[in-house]
Amino acid sequence: MFNKNQVLETIEMVEKEHLDIRTVTLGLSLLSCVRASAAQTARAVYDLVMKKAEKLVPTVDALSREYGIPIVNKRVSVTPVSLITAAFPRESGLVGRALDDAATALGIDFLGGYSALVHKGTADYEAAFLDTIPQTLAQTSRLCASVNVGSTRSGVNIDAVRRMGEIVKETAALTADRDGVGCAKLVVFCNAVEDNPFMAGAFHGVGEGDTVINVGVSGPGVVRHALSFAPDADLTESAEIIKRTAFKITRAGQLIAREAADRLGARFGIVDLSLAPTPARGDSVAHILEELGLSVVGCHGTTAALAMLNDAVKKGGVMASSRVGGLSGAFIPVSEDIGMIEAAEAGQISLDKLEAMTCVCSVGLDMIAIPGDTPAPTISAMIADEAAIGMINAKTTAVRVIPAPNKGVGDVVNFGGLLGRAPVLPVHGGDASKFIGRGGLIPAPIHSFKN
Amino acid sequence: MRAVVTVTGTDRTGVVYHVSGLLYRHNVNIEDVSQTILGDQFAMMMMVDISQCTVGFSALAEALQTLGEEIGMNIRIQHEGLFDAMHNV
Repeated sequence: MFNKNQVLETIEMVEKEHLDIRTVTLGLSLLSCVRASAAQTARAVYDLVMKKAEKLVPTVDALSREYGIPIVNKRVSVTPVSLITAAFPRESGLVGRALDDAATALGIDFLGGYSALVHKGTADYEAAFLDTIPQTLAQTSRLCASVNVGSTRSGVNIDAVRRMGEIVKETAALTADRDGVGCAKLVVFCNAVEDNPFMAGAFHGVGEGDTVINVGVSGPGVVRHALSFAPDADLTESAEIIKRTAFKITRAGQLIAREAADRLGARFGIVDLSLAPTPARGDSVAHILEELGLSVVGCHGTTAALAMLNDAVKKGGVMASSRVGGLSGAFIPVSEDIGMIEAAEAGQISLDKLEAMTCVCSVGLDMIAIPGDTPAPTISAMIADEAAIGMINAKTTAVRVIPAPNKGVGDVVNFGGLLGRAPVLPVHGGDASKFIGRGGLIPAPIHSFKN
Repeated sequence: MRAVVTVTGTDRTGVVYHVSGLLYRHNVNIEDVSQTILGDQFAMMMMVDISQCTVGFSALAEALQTLGEEIGMNIRIQHEGLFDAMHNV
């Protein structure tokens, strides 16, 4: 049973502190859709998504009304498309556009899985698939692409890293009229997870069931508010406050995940224990770090504060959910967090500090605008650095950078909505093209040999 | 099935009368009521049984919201599951 104060606390979390369920993501296997031609496969994919996700949006909206908690995004993730189009990879765009059409028809905001897994080597069909990414992202609006280029078990595929630097540039060029927004829908992973409900990196792993509900929770404003009542607490007590708050947030996610799975006839997959910010004031991960005592995110101490936050979120959340997965941790996308945006605009946060932060939280260099004239090998080198961090530390890392066409340091890209806005951050000079051009595989680290 | 009705806003006369009247007309049974007034701020929580309600959940929620607008209070109804999940281990 619960009392009136607890009821009012929950209502205050929702109405004043931006507590919400960030996404209910329906994972769908497309393996049954492979046909003799790309056109037939695209048709089968469209029909499957239309059938299985038909009730996603109305069902989730009804849940939101009944439980009185906003559910911001309704999404779909699918089997990596490169596996579905292996027989006709150059025509993969047909399937991508069919998925985008289905997402539009159903009112789904993003659909992820235009993906390839090339962490140990790039097959010919995968190389041809990668070539289709820029054009497909330019021709679609809701489709998201991801490529896994490394893993702790297999090392980092530098040939794929080199190609992805070029693909990021091509994608920016083809969406130059929209500040390179195609790159906001393209993420390069190391240690990608198969049950991530968040975009742009969601895809439905081949080890998953047919139809699965994964839920991502949120609530940075709730955590900050809880910490604000203990301004003089030491960090042990602060971590406890974060754990308790993460527990409550995650329990809401678990409830919605189970209900959504029941009503949609899907399996309950996982709850992603995440703190996902939005550009709205009061919904910022950066502001939690500042509440802990940093004058501005990006100053010395930021990495330590983020490490503590990330760990406490996981500890609180694990207790609250029977099945945990996805990325699980604090997200630090620059353009999607008002505290990060303001720190970047004030010149207080650098790419180097962001890279350090990715060592201790659940994601990587995320939604960062860089100068449009950044060479492809430099972007590849950024991907390689992040992949190395992920590989050595056995965690997911990712790169989602936007080389803003015709823009330089001091300019701002503005995508609007949840994707937010970002000042263009400087990248290092120097040239890594010889290193990236060597190609090959960075071998898996010694601690990968666990058998 | 049980739900929680919360009513918050500036205190005025007739709040309990109006809310309980609407619930009665929809055959919703009130199982528990608790209310406080802090200064001029009114907060009430009702635990209600909606299993015999004459309309669907969304229609009841809309009726309560409309009543709230009429009497200048904020009225919500939510399934009890959310509170149970968040505040009980």
